[in-house]
Amino acid sequence: MSGVELFQIWLVAFATLALFSFMYKDNPFYRVAEHVFTGLSAGYYIGLTWDTIIVTQLWNPMMSGRWWLFIPGILSLLMFTRLSPRFSWVSRTSLAFVMGVTAGGALVFQLHGLVLPQIQSTMMPLWGSEGVGTLLLTIIMVIGVISTLIYFYYSKEHKGVLGMTARVGIWFIMISFGAHFGYTVMGRVSLLIGRVQFLIEDWIGSFGQIG
Amino acid sequence: MRTTVPIAVAFIAGMVVAVSYFFADESAIGWLRLEFLVWLIIVGGMTLALGVVSIVRVNWDAVKKRKEGWPYKVLTLVSVFAMGVPAVLPESWSPLFGRNQGSIYEWLFTYLDAPMMATMFATLAFYIASAAYRAFRARNAEATVLLITATAVMLWRVPMGEAFLNLFPGDIPYFLNTYIMAGANMAVQRGIIIGAALGAASMSLRIILGIERTYMGRG
Repeated sequence: MSGVELFQIWLVAFATLALFSFMYKDNPFYRVAEHVFTGLSAGYYIGLTWDTIIVTQLWNPMMSGRWWLFIPGILSLLMFTRLSPRFSWVSRTSLAFVMGVTAGGALVFQLHGLVLPQIQSTMMPLWGSEGVGTLLLTIIMVIGVISTLIYFYYSKEHKGVLGMTARVGIWFIMISFGAHFGYTVMGRVSLLIGRVQFLIEDWIGSFGQIG
Repeated sequence: MRTTVPIAVAFIAGMVVAVSYFFADESAIGWLRLEFLVWLIIVGGMTLALGVVSIVRVNWDAVKKRKEGWPYKVLTLVSVFAMGVPAVLPESWSPLFGRNQGSIYEWLFTYLDAPMMATMFATLAFYIASAAYRAFRARNAEATVLLITATAVMLWRVPMGEAFLNLFPGDIPYFLNTYIMAGANMAVQRGIIIGAALGAASMSLRIILGIERTYMGRG
Protein backbone atom coordinates (compact mmCIF):
# COMPACT_ATOMS: atom_id res chain seq x y z
CA MET A 1 0.00 0.00 0.00
CA SER A 2 1.48 3.34 -1.08
CA GLY A 3 1.74 6.40 1.15
CA VAL A 4 -0.97 8.16 -0.88
CA GLU A 5 -3.38 5.25 -0.48
CA LEU A 6 -2.67 5.15 3.25
CA PHE A 7 -3.33 8.90 3.50
CA GLN A 8 -6.61 8.52 1.60
CA ILE A 9 -7.81 5.74 3.92
CA TRP A 10 -6.92 7.74 7.03
CA LEU A 11 -8.61 10.84 5.63
CA VAL A 12 -11.85 8.94 4.98
CA ALA A 13 -11.59 7.27 8.42
CA PHE A 14 -11.14 10.67 10.10
CA ALA A 15 -14.16 12.10 8.27
CA THR A 16 -16.28 9.03 9.11
CA LEU A 17 -15.35 8.96 12.80
CA ALA A 18 -15.71 12.74 13.12
CA LEU A 19 -19.27 12.58 11.78
CA PHE A 20 -20.14 9.55 13.92
CA SER A 21 -18.81 11.38 17.00
CA PHE A 22 -21.94 13.57 16.96
CA MET A 23 -23.88 10.60 18.31
CA TYR A 24 -22.02 11.10 21.60
CA LYS A 25 -22.40 14.90 21.58
CA ASP A 26 -21.61 17.98 19.51
CA ASN A 27 -17.82 18.47 19.38
CA PRO A 28 -15.16 20.37 17.35
CA PHE A 29 -14.26 17.31 15.23
CA TYR A 30 -17.86 16.93 14.14
CA ARG A 31 -18.17 20.63 13.39
CA VAL A 32 -15.03 20.56 11.25
CA ALA A 33 -16.33 17.56 9.27
CA GLU A 34 -19.82 19.07 9.01
CA HIS A 35 -18.56 22.40 7.62
CA VAL A 36 -16.15 20.72 5.21
CA PHE A 37 -19.00 18.49 4.00
CA THR A 38 -21.29 21.50 3.47
CA GLY A 39 -18.59 23.31 1.50
CA LEU A 40 -17.72 20.30 -0.62
CA SER A 41 -21.38 19.66 -1.43
CA ALA A 42 -21.78 23.28 -2.57
CA GLY A 43 -18.54 23.03 -4.56
CA TYR A 44 -19.82 19.85 -6.16
CA TYR A 45 -22.75 21.80 -7.59
CA ILE A 46 -20.40 24.46 -9.00
CA GLY A 47 -18.65 21.79 -11.07
CA LEU A 48 -21.91 20.10 -11.99
CA THR A 49 -23.65 23.33 -13.05
CA TRP A 50 -20.63 24.55 -14.99
CA ASP A 51 -20.08 21.32 -16.88
CA THR A 52 -23.57 19.95 -17.49
CA ILE A 53 -25.48 23.21 -17.84
CA ILE A 54 -23.35 26.23 -18.73
CA VAL A 55 -20.95 24.44 -21.07
CA THR A 56 -23.04 21.53 -22.40
CA GLN A 57 -26.53 23.05 -22.60
CA LEU A 58 -25.78 26.76 -23.08
CA TRP A 59 -22.33 27.73 -24.38
CA ASN A 60 -21.56 24.89 -26.82
CA PRO A 61 -25.00 24.91 -28.53
CA MET A 62 -24.87 28.73 -28.79
CA MET A 63 -21.47 28.56 -30.47
CA SER A 64 -22.86 25.92 -32.86
CA GLY A 65 -25.59 28.23 -34.15
CA ARG A 66 -28.42 28.05 -31.63
CA TRP A 67 -27.96 31.75 -30.88
CA TRP A 68 -31.45 32.12 -29.40
CA LEU A 69 -30.23 30.34 -26.27
CA PHE A 70 -29.06 33.76 -25.13
CA ILE A 71 -32.67 34.19 -23.86
CA PRO A 72 -32.39 31.50 -21.14
CA GLY A 73 -28.85 32.79 -20.57
CA ILE A 74 -30.22 36.22 -19.71
CA LEU A 75 -33.05 34.71 -17.66
CA SER A 76 -30.40 32.77 -15.69
CA LEU A 77 -28.44 35.95 -14.99
CA LEU A 78 -31.61 37.77 -13.92
CA MET A 79 -32.07 35.07 -11.28
CA PHE A 80 -29.04 36.49 -9.44
CA THR A 81 -30.87 39.78 -8.83
CA ARG A 82 -32.54 37.85 -6.02
CA LEU A 83 -29.45 38.57 -3.96
CA SER A 84 -30.25 42.28 -3.97
CA PRO A 85 -33.33 43.29 -1.92
CA ARG A 86 -33.81 46.34 -4.19
CA PHE A 87 -33.82 44.47 -7.49
CA SER A 88 -35.04 41.03 -6.38
CA TRP A 89 -38.36 41.62 -8.19
CA VAL A 90 -36.49 41.33 -11.53
CA SER A 91 -35.81 37.63 -10.81
CA ARG A 92 -39.56 36.97 -10.81
CA THR A 93 -39.62 36.72 -14.61
CA SER A 94 -37.03 33.92 -14.59
CA LEU A 95 -38.81 32.21 -11.74
CA ALA A 96 -42.15 32.59 -13.53
CA PHE A 97 -40.69 30.92 -16.61
CA VAL A 98 -39.46 27.96 -14.52
CA MET A 99 -42.81 27.73 -12.74
CA GLY A 100 -44.81 28.06 -15.97
CA VAL A 101 -42.91 25.36 -17.90
CA THR A 102 -42.91 23.04 -14.87
CA ALA A 103 -46.64 23.62 -14.32
CA GLY A 104 -47.45 23.07 -18.01
CA GLY A 105 -45.53 19.81 -18.04
CA ALA A 106 -46.92 18.71 -14.69
CA LEU A 107 -50.52 19.44 -15.71
CA VAL A 108 -50.31 16.85 -18.48
CA PHE A 109 -47.95 14.43 -16.77
CA GLN A 110 -49.81 14.27 -13.46
CA LEU A 111 -53.12 13.44 -15.14
CA HIS A 112 -51.98 11.39 -18.12
CA GLY A 113 -48.90 9.80 -16.60
CA LEU A 114 -50.02 9.19 -13.02
CA VAL A 115 -53.75 9.54 -12.26
CA LEU A 116 -55.18 7.67 -15.27
CA PRO A 117 -52.71 4.72 -15.26
CA GLN A 118 -53.11 4.30 -11.48
CA ILE A 119 -56.92 4.26 -11.78
CA GLN A 120 -56.68 1.88 -14.73
CA SER A 121 -54.47 -0.53 -12.76
CA THR A 122 -56.89 -0.42 -9.82
CA MET A 123 -60.07 -1.11 -11.84
CA MET A 124 -59.42 -4.78 -12.55
CA PRO A 125 -62.25 -7.31 -13.15
CA LEU A 126 -63.19 -9.21 -9.98
CA TRP A 127 -64.77 -12.16 -11.71
CA GLY A 128 -62.77 -14.19 -14.14
CA SER A 129 -59.54 -13.41 -12.27
CA GLU A 130 -56.93 -16.12 -11.90
CA GLY A 131 -57.78 -17.91 -8.67
CA VAL A 132 -58.88 -16.85 -5.20
CA GLY A 133 -55.50 -15.24 -4.43
CA THR A 134 -55.75 -12.76 -7.32
CA LEU A 135 -59.40 -12.03 -6.47
CA LEU A 136 -58.41 -11.29 -2.87
CA LEU A 137 -55.57 -9.06 -4.03
CA THR A 138 -57.90 -7.11 -6.34
CA ILE A 139 -60.40 -6.60 -3.50
CA ILE A 140 -57.61 -5.43 -1.14
CA MET A 141 -56.43 -3.03 -3.84
CA VAL A 142 -59.86 -1.47 -4.46
CA ILE A 143 -60.72 -1.13 -0.75
CA GLY A 144 -57.22 0.20 0.02
CA VAL A 145 -57.21 2.85 -2.71
CA ILE A 146 -60.74 4.11 -1.98
CA SER A 147 -60.31 4.17 1.81
CA THR A 148 -56.92 5.93 1.53
CA LEU A 149 -58.38 8.58 -0.77
CA ILE A 150 -61.28 9.10 1.62
CA TYR A 151 -58.93 9.40 4.61
CA PHE A 152 -57.18 12.29 2.84
CA TYR A 153 -60.48 13.94 1.88
CA TYR A 154 -60.86 16.84 4.28
CA SER A 155 -63.76 18.74 2.72
CA LYS A 156 -66.32 16.93 4.88
CA GLU A 157 -66.21 15.85 8.51
CA HIS A 158 -65.28 12.17 8.92
CA LYS A 159 -68.59 10.93 10.36
CA GLY A 160 -70.88 8.01 9.56
CA VAL A 161 -69.98 5.95 6.47
CA LEU A 162 -67.25 8.44 5.52
CA GLY A 163 -65.73 8.13 8.99
CA MET A 164 -65.86 4.33 8.91
CA THR A 165 -64.19 4.22 5.50
CA ALA A 166 -61.54 6.69 6.67
CA ARG A 167 -60.92 4.41 9.66
CA VAL A 168 -60.27 1.49 7.30
CA GLY A 169 -57.98 3.86 5.40
CA ILE A 170 -55.93 4.49 8.57
CA TRP A 171 -55.32 0.74 8.94
CA PHE A 172 -54.15 0.45 5.36
CA ILE A 173 -51.95 3.54 5.77
CA MET A 174 -50.40 2.11 8.95
CA ILE A 175 -49.55 -1.12 7.12
CA SER A 176 -47.96 0.85 4.27
CA PHE A 177 -46.04 3.21 6.57
CA GLY A 178 -44.82 0.22 8.58
CA ALA A 179 -43.56 -1.47 5.41
CA HIS A 180 -41.86 1.74 4.29
CA PHE A 181 -40.34 2.27 7.69
CA GLY A 182 -38.95 -1.27 7.61
CA TYR A 183 -37.45 -0.65 4.18
CA THR A 184 -35.92 2.70 5.23
CA VAL A 185 -34.37 1.18 8.35
CA MET A 186 -32.87 -1.63 6.30
CA GLY A 187 -31.48 0.87 3.77
CA ARG A 188 -29.85 3.00 6.46
CA VAL A 189 -28.51 -0.06 8.31
CA SER A 190 -26.90 -1.36 5.10
CA LEU A 191 -25.16 2.04 4.72
CA LEU A 192 -24.01 1.78 8.34
CA ILE A 193 -22.69 -1.73 7.67
CA GLY A 194 -20.75 -0.30 4.70
CA ARG A 195 -19.09 2.37 6.87
CA VAL A 196 -18.29 -0.05 9.71
CA GLN A 197 -16.89 -2.52 7.16
CA PHE A 198 -14.63 0.25 5.81
CA LEU A 199 -13.40 1.13 9.30
CA ILE A 200 -12.70 -2.49 10.27
CA GLU A 201 -11.32 -3.85 7.00
CA ASP A 202 -9.63 -0.84 5.35
CA TRP A 203 -8.74 1.49 8.20
CA ILE A 204 -7.88 -0.95 11.00
CA GLY A 205 -6.43 -3.23 8.30
CA SER A 206 -4.04 -0.41 7.35
CA PHE A 207 -2.50 -0.29 10.85
CA GLY A 208 -0.05 -3.03 9.87
CA GLN A 209 1.15 -0.93 6.91
CA ILE A 210 2.38 1.94 9.09
CA GLY A 211 6.06 2.05 9.83
CA MET B 1 -44.93 45.62 -14.48
CA ARG B 2 -43.52 43.82 -11.43
CA THR B 3 -46.29 41.22 -11.37
CA THR B 4 -47.93 41.43 -14.81
CA VAL B 5 -44.85 40.42 -16.81
CA PRO B 6 -44.06 37.35 -14.64
CA ILE B 7 -47.72 36.23 -14.75
CA ALA B 8 -47.77 36.63 -18.55
CA VAL B 9 -44.49 34.68 -18.84
CA ALA B 10 -45.82 31.86 -16.64
CA PHE B 11 -49.07 31.76 -18.62
CA ILE B 12 -47.41 31.65 -22.04
CA ALA B 13 -44.74 29.12 -20.99
CA GLY B 14 -47.27 26.90 -19.24
CA MET B 15 -49.84 27.01 -22.05
CA VAL B 16 -47.23 26.25 -24.73
CA VAL B 17 -45.99 23.17 -22.85
CA ALA B 18 -49.49 21.94 -21.93
CA VAL B 19 -51.11 22.54 -25.35
CA SER B 20 -48.12 21.15 -27.28
CA TYR B 21 -48.97 17.74 -25.81
CA PHE B 22 -51.70 17.53 -28.46
CA PHE B 23 -49.26 18.27 -31.32
CA ALA B 24 -46.38 16.36 -32.85
CA ASP B 25 -42.79 17.24 -31.86
CA GLU B 26 -42.15 18.26 -35.48
CA SER B 27 -44.81 21.00 -35.38
CA ALA B 28 -43.89 24.59 -34.47
CA ILE B 29 -45.45 24.36 -31.01
CA GLY B 30 -43.80 20.96 -30.48
CA TRP B 31 -40.43 22.49 -31.37
CA LEU B 32 -41.10 25.36 -28.96
CA ARG B 33 -41.94 22.91 -26.17
CA LEU B 34 -38.64 21.06 -26.68
CA GLU B 35 -36.80 24.39 -26.66
CA PHE B 36 -38.61 25.47 -23.48
CA LEU B 37 -37.60 22.23 -21.78
CA VAL B 38 -33.93 22.96 -22.60
CA TRP B 39 -34.37 26.52 -21.34
CA LEU B 40 -35.88 25.10 -18.16
CA ILE B 41 -32.76 22.98 -17.60
CA ILE B 42 -30.59 26.07 -18.07
CA VAL B 43 -32.58 28.51 -15.92
CA GLY B 44 -33.56 25.88 -13.33
CA GLY B 45 -29.98 24.60 -13.16
CA MET B 46 -28.66 28.08 -12.54
CA THR B 47 -30.73 28.21 -9.36
CA LEU B 48 -28.19 25.71 -8.00
CA ALA B 49 -25.45 28.25 -8.72
CA LEU B 50 -27.58 30.89 -7.00
CA GLY B 51 -27.74 28.62 -3.94
CA VAL B 52 -23.95 28.26 -3.93
CA VAL B 53 -23.50 32.04 -4.20
CA SER B 54 -25.92 32.44 -1.31
CA ILE B 55 -23.95 29.95 0.86
CA VAL B 56 -20.71 31.80 0.09
CA ARG B 57 -22.30 35.15 0.89
CA VAL B 58 -23.74 34.02 4.22
CA ASN B 59 -20.48 32.37 5.32
CA TRP B 60 -18.33 35.25 4.09
CA ASP B 61 -20.49 37.67 6.06
CA ALA B 62 -20.11 35.54 9.22
CA VAL B 63 -16.31 35.45 8.81
CA LYS B 64 -16.08 39.18 8.14
CA LYS B 65 -18.12 40.03 11.24
CA ARG B 66 -16.28 37.38 13.33
CA LYS B 67 -19.58 35.80 14.35
CA GLU B 68 -19.64 32.79 16.68
CA GLY B 69 -18.02 29.75 15.07
CA TRP B 70 -16.45 31.80 12.26
CA PRO B 71 -13.35 29.56 11.93
CA TYR B 72 -15.67 26.74 10.85
CA LYS B 73 -17.19 29.04 8.21
CA VAL B 74 -13.68 29.58 6.85
CA LEU B 75 -13.47 25.81 6.38
CA THR B 76 -16.77 25.85 4.48
CA LEU B 77 -15.51 28.62 2.18
CA VAL B 78 -12.18 26.86 1.60
CA SER B 79 -14.03 23.63 0.77
CA VAL B 80 -16.41 25.37 -1.65
CA PHE B 81 -13.54 26.91 -3.60
CA ALA B 82 -11.25 23.87 -3.34
CA MET B 83 -13.92 21.75 -5.01
CA GLY B 84 -15.55 24.33 -7.29
CA VAL B 85 -12.68 26.35 -8.75
CA PRO B 86 -10.57 23.46 -10.18
CA ALA B 87 -13.76 22.01 -11.68
CA VAL B 88 -14.40 25.10 -13.84
CA LEU B 89 -10.78 25.54 -14.99
CA PRO B 90 -10.04 23.99 -18.41
CA GLU B 91 -8.59 20.51 -18.45
CA SER B 92 -6.14 21.62 -21.13
CA TRP B 93 -4.28 23.63 -18.46
CA SER B 94 -3.70 20.66 -16.16
CA PRO B 95 -5.07 17.13 -15.64
CA LEU B 96 -5.90 18.27 -12.09
CA PHE B 97 -8.60 20.60 -13.46
CA GLY B 98 -12.03 19.70 -14.83
CA ARG B 99 -14.17 16.84 -13.55
CA ASN B 100 -12.53 13.78 -15.04
CA GLN B 101 -10.62 10.92 -13.42
CA GLY B 102 -7.51 12.25 -11.67
CA SER B 103 -8.87 15.78 -11.19
CA ILE B 104 -8.98 17.54 -7.80
CA TYR B 105 -12.78 17.59 -8.09
CA GLU B 106 -12.98 13.83 -8.58
CA TRP B 107 -10.46 13.15 -5.78
CA LEU B 108 -12.34 15.33 -3.27
CA PHE B 109 -15.63 13.73 -4.28
CA THR B 110 -14.31 10.16 -3.95
CA TYR B 111 -12.30 10.54 -0.73
CA LEU B 112 -14.32 13.13 1.18
CA ASP B 113 -17.73 14.06 -0.20
CA ALA B 114 -19.08 10.57 -1.02
CA PRO B 115 -17.90 8.83 2.20
CA MET B 116 -19.20 11.74 4.28
CA MET B 117 -22.55 11.58 2.53
CA ALA B 118 -22.78 7.82 3.21
CA THR B 119 -21.80 8.41 6.86
CA MET B 120 -24.44 11.13 7.27
CA PHE B 121 -27.14 8.76 6.00
CA ALA B 122 -25.73 5.88 8.08
CA THR B 123 -25.95 8.11 11.18
CA LEU B 124 -29.66 8.33 10.51
CA ALA B 125 -29.90 4.60 11.31
CA PHE B 126 -29.35 5.45 15.00
CA TYR B 127 -31.88 8.28 14.96
CA ILE B 128 -34.38 6.05 13.19
CA ALA B 129 -33.86 3.47 15.94
CA SER B 130 -34.59 6.14 18.54
CA ALA B 131 -37.64 7.34 16.58
CA ALA B 132 -38.78 3.72 16.24
CA TYR B 133 -38.72 3.33 20.01
CA ARG B 134 -41.15 6.23 20.36
CA ALA B 135 -43.33 5.33 17.36
CA PHE B 136 -43.45 1.60 18.00
CA ARG B 137 -44.68 1.66 21.58
CA ALA B 138 -47.88 -0.20 20.81
CA ARG B 139 -50.21 2.26 22.52
CA ASN B 140 -53.18 1.53 20.29
CA ALA B 141 -54.31 -0.86 17.56
CA GLU B 142 -52.98 1.33 14.70
CA ALA B 143 -49.51 1.61 16.27
CA THR B 144 -49.53 -2.16 16.77
CA VAL B 145 -50.25 -2.71 13.06
CA LEU B 146 -47.35 -0.36 12.19
CA LEU B 147 -45.06 -2.24 14.60
CA ILE B 148 -45.97 -5.70 13.28
CA THR B 149 -45.64 -4.71 9.60
CA ALA B 150 -42.32 -2.92 10.07
CA THR B 151 -40.86 -5.79 12.13
CA ALA B 152 -42.03 -8.39 9.60
CA VAL B 153 -40.62 -6.43 6.64
CA MET B 154 -37.29 -5.90 8.41
CA LEU B 155 -37.06 -9.61 9.22
CA TRP B 156 -38.10 -10.57 5.70
CA ARG B 157 -35.35 -8.46 4.09
CA VAL B 158 -32.47 -10.33 5.74
CA PRO B 159 -31.65 -14.02 5.09
CA MET B 160 -31.59 -14.91 8.81
CA GLY B 161 -34.95 -13.23 9.37
CA GLU B 162 -36.48 -14.97 6.38
CA ALA B 163 -35.23 -18.32 7.72
CA PHE B 164 -36.82 -17.42 11.09
CA LEU B 165 -40.16 -16.54 9.43
CA ASN B 166 -40.08 -19.87 7.60
CA LEU B 167 -40.10 -21.68 10.97
CA PHE B 168 -43.77 -20.68 11.34
CA PRO B 169 -46.56 -22.51 9.52
CA GLY B 170 -47.66 -20.97 6.22
CA ASP B 171 -45.42 -19.18 3.77
CA ILE B 172 -45.03 -15.86 5.63
CA PRO B 173 -42.44 -14.36 3.19
CA TYR B 174 -44.83 -15.08 0.28
CA PHE B 175 -47.74 -13.57 2.24
CA LEU B 176 -45.66 -10.46 3.00
CA ASN B 177 -44.60 -10.05 -0.60
CA THR B 178 -48.02 -10.65 -2.12
CA TYR B 179 -50.58 -9.21 0.27
CA ILE B 180 -48.60 -6.62 2.24
CA MET B 181 -46.09 -5.18 -0.24
CA ALA B 182 -48.00 -5.73 -3.51
CA GLY B 183 -51.43 -5.52 -1.85
CA ALA B 184 -52.10 -3.15 1.05
CA ASN B 185 -48.89 -1.14 0.59
CA MET B 186 -49.42 -0.75 -3.16
CA ALA B 187 -53.07 0.28 -2.60
CA VAL B 188 -52.04 3.06 -0.21
CA GLN B 189 -49.27 4.22 -2.54
CA ARG B 190 -51.82 4.39 -5.37
CA GLY B 191 -54.23 6.37 -3.21
CA ILE B 192 -51.48 8.81 -2.23
CA ILE B 193 -50.21 9.10 -5.82
CA ILE B 194 -53.73 9.76 -7.19
CA GLY B 195 -54.46 12.35 -4.47
CA ALA B 196 -51.09 14.09 -4.79
CA ALA B 197 -51.23 14.09 -8.59
CA LEU B 198 -54.70 15.63 -8.61
CA GLY B 199 -53.45 18.28 -6.17
CA ALA B 200 -50.34 18.94 -8.30
CA ALA B 201 -52.45 19.21 -11.47
CA SER B 202 -54.82 21.73 -9.88
CA MET B 203 -51.88 23.70 -8.47
CA SER B 204 -50.28 23.71 -11.94
CA LEU B 205 -53.47 25.14 -13.39
CA ARG B 206 -53.54 27.82 -10.68
CA ILE B 207 -49.94 28.79 -11.52
CA ILE B 208 -50.60 28.94 -15.27
CA LEU B 209 -53.73 31.05 -14.79
CA GLY B 210 -51.92 33.39 -12.40
CA ILE B 211 -54.12 32.59 -9.39
CA GLU B 212 -51.21 31.12 -7.45
CA ARG B 213 -48.55 33.82 -7.06
CA THR B 214 -46.80 32.95 -3.79
CA TYR B 215 -43.65 31.85 -5.67
CA MET B 216 -43.05 35.51 -6.55
CA GLY B 217 -42.66 36.52 -2.93
CA ARG B 218 -43.61 39.93 -1.62
CA GLY B 219 -42.76 43.41 -2.85
